[in-house]
Amino acid sequence: MRFLFKTDYEDDIRLFPHSGYIYSYGLLLAVLLIAPYVLSSYLMSQVVFVCIYATVGVGLLILTGFTGQASLGHAAFLAIGAYTAAYLQQFNVPFPVYFLAAGLLTGVVGALVGFPALRLQGIYLVIATISFAFIVEEILARWESVTHGNEGMRVKTIQLLGATVSRDGPTFYYLCLAVLVLTIVGTLNLLRSPTGRAFVAIRDSETAARSMGINVALYKVKSFAISAGITGFAGVLFAHKLSFISPEMFTLQLSIEFIIVILIGGTFSLHGAVLGAIFLVMIDPFLTYLKDDMPGVIAGVAATLGAGTERADHIQDAVAAIASANGLKGAIYGIIIVVFVLFEPLGLYGRWLKIKLFFQLFPLYKRATFKRQKIYVKSERNR
Amino acid sequence: MLDFVQQLVSGIALGCVYGLIALGFVLVYKATEVVNFAQGDLMMLGGFFAFTFIGMLGLNYWVGFAGAVICMALFGMLAERLVVRPILGYPQFSIIMATIGLGYFLRSIAGMIWGTDDFKIETPFSQGVLRIGSLVLAYDKLSVIAATIILCALLYLFFNRTTLGTAMRASSENMLAAYYMGIPVKRVVSIVWAISAAVATCAGVLLAPITFIHSNVGLVLGLKAFPAAVLGGFGSIPGAVVGGVLIGVIESMAGFYLPQGWKDVAPYIVLLAVLLLKPEGLFGLHVRKKV
Repeated sequence: MRFLFKTDYEDDIRLFPHSGYIYSYGLLLAVLLIAPYVLSSYLMSQVVFVCIYATVGVGLLILTGFTGQASLGHAAFLAIGAYTAAYLQQFNVPFPVYFLAAGLLTGVVGALVGFPALRLQGIYLVIATISFAFIVEEILARWESVTHGNEGMRVKTIQLLGATVSRDGPTFYYLCLAVLVLTIVGTLNLLRSPTGRAFVAIRDSETAARSMGINVALYKVKSFAISAGITGFAGVLFAHKLSFISPEMFTLQLSIEFIIVILIGGTFSLHGAVLGAIFLVMIDPFLTYLKDDMPGVIAGVAATLGAGTERADHIQDAVAAIASANGLKGAIYGIIIVVFVLFEPLGLYGRWLKIKLFFQLFPLYKRATFKRQKIYVKSERNR
Repeated sequence: MLDFVQQLVSGIALGCVYGLIALGFVLVYKATEVVNFAQGDLMMLGGFFAFTFIGMLGLNYWVGFAGAVICMALFGMLAERLVVRPILGYPQFSIIMATIGLGYFLRSIAGMIWGTDDFKIETPFSQGVLRIGSLVLAYDKLSVIAATIILCALLYLFFNRTTLGTAMRASSENMLAAYYMGIPVKRVVSIVWAISAAVATCAGVLLAPITFIHSNVGLVLGLKAFPAAVLGGFGSIPGAVVGGVLIGVIESMAGFYLPQGWKDVAPYIVLLAVLLLKPEGLFGLHVRKKV
């Protein structure tokens, strides 16, 4: 294994700690660039959703993962971004302008939400963000002169530099990828700047951060604004990808999905947002597979194991019934959340780190390295 | 005036249901500092159990009611054992997520078993009204109010007068200290979950004649119970019910006097206002961390 000797602070905050990072991320980027020419159009469309969800995930990570402020209202920020884009588009505002405007407006709204949230902790903050999201959803449904209420709004295709960017074409994918990469790089830079350090300090202990001279209120509002702004950018892409938006798309369900993204991916690293987004978006193709092919596969296995044709048919029907049952997706979501919280609290990226460490330390790996500490004294209530 | 009283009574009846769900939140929160986002879904499941016993198996209403409460109390213990106990002591956020996951799971399982239709339970007081002058009050609404008062009184006595109740209050103050004092904290937590699931079931059964039982009812009503719990001060039993009643009345009045759309958001506006002005709620304790 490689030992990194850090001799000054610059070494510690370097974006690429050693050349291996440049090669591996370069390779990843190359793969992503040729993806549209290899993958089917259905899969490409899923990959675009991965990019959008990952962008939101990065935004949410800044707030929840790095500043420690939980939010179950990010669907509302996404909605504000999406509706701003759809509204401005009616007046033939060019794409770059309304893209930036949507992000800025959402950022401002995020800051406005951040102010009242300053006084709130833990569960109260979660409930307050849920209420905020409900109110936004209701406003979208009622403010018909701007949002067309429950009829929803059509979103035209993007006109960029005189060309039309179809929502299914590779150019749109490159656009989403560029937004994601820029967001990630920007966030990485933010996190190694004094602002990012202040965020992490607030997450670890607000009291300690305050005594170190950090203006907790200012940085919390900043964190809300940045997180909301990034989500707003993602909202524009989301609106264009779906080409139609209506209030019932931006429900609590979507906010929970975003939390699932970072929960599954891992809340302590930006890798988590991307891994979680891949996982969440790919549940759909997996479910389709489950519905279409799984019954046949299982019946085939049963038949080869010696079950009669009749019984194999029986099994096939039973599996098909389960796989196409209503609400299977909800059950799978539920199980996934519980399983991750119970058994893999560090998420997929944490699992990857564990595997990596296992091989690095080969015979000496200890399970306890990643053990979390349990605290039974009620600290969170008396904060 | 008459309209106002009618609205008030139906608001109080609905508010009592919110209050009962909020009571479940508060019980669990007090004992374990876990906020159970699946509380509404426990209520939904309780309603479905009662529907199965009364509507499908044709049992007597009271027998079915008791059966549902017992089944759900056991289910609450099971949920606590499987989902909550392994993560007690971890950050609150993990536990919130785990209960959200549990809620998802229960909703979709209920949808698979009982379908997505609306169900109604026949109760002894579904029909009939109480007339006072020209005021007409339906028995089903009055029954909810009466049941809430009885349940509250029972819980109050339980928490303040029995050894087990005292043990619960002790472990809610400080789990570790309670453990050192010889209180079986794990069993206490498990019983708290059983009680909160039982209370949720009562809410579900009482609710069934007013609004119907369907697999998403828990999500809708559970989220309305949050404002109730916050308004009353998370962690206060009388607060939860008072908060619930206030939210119910506000919602019902907003639906009657304000333009369309206000009814749904009014509880949340109240919630945000409470969080901004008096985050500890009406009956809550304000505690600051000492370094």
